[in-house]
Amino acid sequence: MVAAIKRPGWIRGALGALLGAAFGFALVVALRKASGLPAYQTEQTGYPQVVVPLISGPLGFLLGFGCFDYWLRWAAGMPTIPEDHSQHGAKSWKDYFRFNTDHKVIGIQYICTTFFFFFIGGLMAMLIRAELAQPGTQIVDAATYNSLFSTHAVLMIFVFVIPVFAGIANYVLPLMIGAPDMAFPRLNALSFWMLPLAGLLFIGSFLAPGGAFDAGWTGYAPLSTGAPLGQSFFNLGVQFAGASSIATALNFLVTIITMRAPGMTFWRMPLLVWANLSTSLLVVAATPFIAGVQFMVLFDRAMHTNFFQFAGGGDVVSYQHIFWFYSHPAVYIMMLPGFGIISEVISTHARKPIFGYRLMALALIGIVVLSYSVWAHHMFVAGMFSWLRVPMMITTLLIAVPTGIKIFSWLGTLYFGKIHTYSTAMLFALAFIVTFTIGGISGVMLGMVPIDIHVSDTYFIVAHIHFVLFGGSVFTIFAGIYHWFPKITGRMYDEKLGRVHFWGTLFGTWVTFIPMHWVGMDGMPRRVADYATQFGEWNLLISCGAFILGAVQLVFLYNMIVSWRFGPRATANPWRAKSIEWLVSSPPPIFNFDEIPRVVGGPYEFGVPGARHAIMAGESVEAEAPAPTAVGTP
Amino acid sequence: MYGRLPIAKMLAATLAMTAAISAVMVSINWDGQEASTAAPKIDDLLNVMIVLSSFVFSLVVVMLFYALWKFKAKPGDESDGEPIHGNTRLEVAWTVIPTIIVLFGAGYSWSVLSDIEKPADNPLTVDVFSQQYAWSFGYPGKDNVWSQGELHVPLNRQVQFKMHSQDVIHSFWVPEWRIKKDNVPGITTTAIVTPDKLGAYQLICTELCGFGHASMRAKVVVETPADFRKWVGGLTEKVPAPLAESVVQDTETNPVPVGSGGA
Repeated sequence: MVAAIKRPGWIRGALGALLGAAFGFALVVALRKASGLPAYQTEQTGYPQVVVPLISGPLGFLLGFGCFDYWLRWAAGMPTIPEDHSQHGAKSWKDYFRFNTDHKVIGIQYICTTFFFFFIGGLMAMLIRAELAQPGTQIVDAATYNSLFSTHAVLMIFVFVIPVFAGIANYVLPLMIGAPDMAFPRLNALSFWMLPLAGLLFIGSFLAPGGAFDAGWTGYAPLSTGAPLGQSFFNLGVQFAGASSIATALNFLVTIITMRAPGMTFWRMPLLVWANLSTSLLVVAATPFIAGVQFMVLFDRAMHTNFFQFAGGGDVVSYQHIFWFYSHPAVYIMMLPGFGIISEVISTHARKPIFGYRLMALALIGIVVLSYSVWAHHMFVAGMFSWLRVPMMITTLLIAVPTGIKIFSWLGTLYFGKIHTYSTAMLFALAFIVTFTIGGISGVMLGMVPIDIHVSDTYFIVAHIHFVLFGGSVFTIFAGIYHWFPKITGRMYDEKLGRVHFWGTLFGTWVTFIPMHWVGMDGMPRRVADYATQFGEWNLLISCGAFILGAVQLVFLYNMIVSWRFGPRATANPWRAKSIEWLVSSPPPIFNFDEIPRVVGGPYEFGVPGARHAIMAGESVEAEAPAPTAVGTP
Repeated sequence: MYGRLPIAKMLAATLAMTAAISAVMVSINWDGQEASTAAPKIDDLLNVMIVLSSFVFSLVVVMLFYALWKFKAKPGDESDGEPIHGNTRLEVAWTVIPTIIVLFGAGYSWSVLSDIEKPADNPLTVDVFSQQYAWSFGYPGKDNVWSQGELHVPLNRQVQFKMHSQDVIHSFWVPEWRIKKDNVPGITTTAIVTPDKLGAYQLICTELCGFGHASMRAKVVVETPADFRKWVGGLTEKVPAPLAESVVQDTETNPVPVGSGGA
């Protein structure tokens, strides 16, 4: 028993969480008593006796679970083992539930955890659509409805789309650049373990008095500053998700910059690596803004500061400026890694080099730069200075240019190729091009101030965001999961079930989200539990589409679980791809490479006679041929 | 190399598809009834965008499906495609042409925006007050009379709405007028509209403001100037003191440039 408490793990973690929470609680009560205040404060927005334990409890868990053990031992002057690999690799499923510093284990931990939250968020979407199938109130009351769509969005954004990309890249990226692991394995593990804490805080807010947070995922002040306790769960959950995201982005940056295999110049990196480099640049610079603004809201709520309290001289609109200064780059944080995945999948299955590789990489950088200058297009009707609208409109429309470059380059990659569509990954990649184009088109329309004035805060926005986030990001996530499933699990998935999942998802996406454009333009506002009867028939159709979309995800879940356990063994390179992760076994050996590979050419040299991307240790040098890397010559 | 592609046929298919999609989509009145001078201008912009978007969409679909039809690998074919790494002229083209298109869109939008927001001579000023979950309206030019839940405005006269919120952010939207503006606590926001169709419409709150958000509506009536005078004359209540205070205290973020337009 004593040994179990001493050993890092769940028992010590639970104990740490309890002690941490108790410490936070005692601190609040003691400080309040010492100041002559009543021990508890149960004002709607306050509850310090709950808010402080919500910070100290999760930190106690991380401490107990072992996330800081190595660093604390080092700081205390105790002996450390520099090359300790006891927390590396996974021998049984139980190892996935431990503090593990292996990037491949962490990648799987990320993917499974985020999909867990995807299904919870999806269930909430089903409840939302059930309520909206008919005008009037049937299943949930208006307050619960507000909590449901807020939690749905927050789970999908903060603990599904953003981190699942980090998970896929965690697994694939070090292999792709020929690195044995990420640059900071212990930080990597800490990043992961903060994520379920964020998800639990979001979901746990349903237990708070007054219900879960209900001010939308945007949490606009002063609705959020005056909301019940659940809002504080959101404020804190964002801190854990944000810290996780920032630490991972730093890790990716350092890994990509310093740990590329010999010969892997920047212009030989696969586009997935470029995409994660760009995304990480966005995360490290933008995410602190949302962390900051949620603290400001929390301070307004719990400490009676006046950042956004107009009665106390605060400025309401500035919340939106700070929020969108993160949250617009965030839509590219949720999209650029997907662009990388699509490039890998399309090039591999079209058996062609990426068309205009350098322009593709530059387009990513262009999006990074421009994305910092468009945030106020979310605020065209918000009452900000009106002169700000036109410059923001121009930058918003211009960001369509690098995005268009990517679409055309993927299409160009298909030409004169040998396109194989047997893989579900390729189907999702091809469908992504069309659905994402629609999302991009509605985005350009929304960028135009006069059109935006009419449709902002309507279902047109809901349609747009789901076309880019579901038809865009989630399609790329599915493409990535199917593409690397053999590499990650060492098994093949069932292509027949994959096709059922693909066609069901494509059909469901269109039936659900296309009509939303129409009801929005015709006068249906977003975030409403009830609506005018004239929109009843379209909403019934939308709900039916959503149920199909929801149901078909169960096929995906079944396929993944059963194939992981019973699927036929995968070869090292079932798609005959060129990048380095396919040159090692499936799944890769524990330290990825016996010897670091040598990179000798571009990543997509399909059809170039004798060209190689990388040479593995032990291969004869004769296999190496001069790799033509001419760009721009057909 | 590209001579092998039936460029002319692909372009024809793209244009035919653009024409077909545009013909259907432009004929549908997406935004509903037009009841202000701004509405047809915004709808025209939307229609131009629909045509341009149909072109982009058709181009992508034609390019994709032609490639899938023409370059699909035969069963058992394990060879690679042609090692084409890019084409600088093509890449420059699909950078420059979209830039021109979006800059055209930006310029057109800008001109529509300045047009619909141009202040006219002698506008009617109406104060809009919002709070969870009700709308009320003050008429400062008419002895500051107050109307709850019902907004009346005269036909064919520009109305400048001065908006104030007492608690959280609300948003003022009359779909038939195509205008929307947030009502923000602590500041005065302004929206301009010239209603040009008689009738009754609905004012919808479009910014999430709490559990009563979906039902936060008000009636909007556009009537002849004579009827409007009669209705205003029948109002007896004055704007209550706390609301009148917010008119004085709220910061004017976006003053309408006096004399810049019709004056």
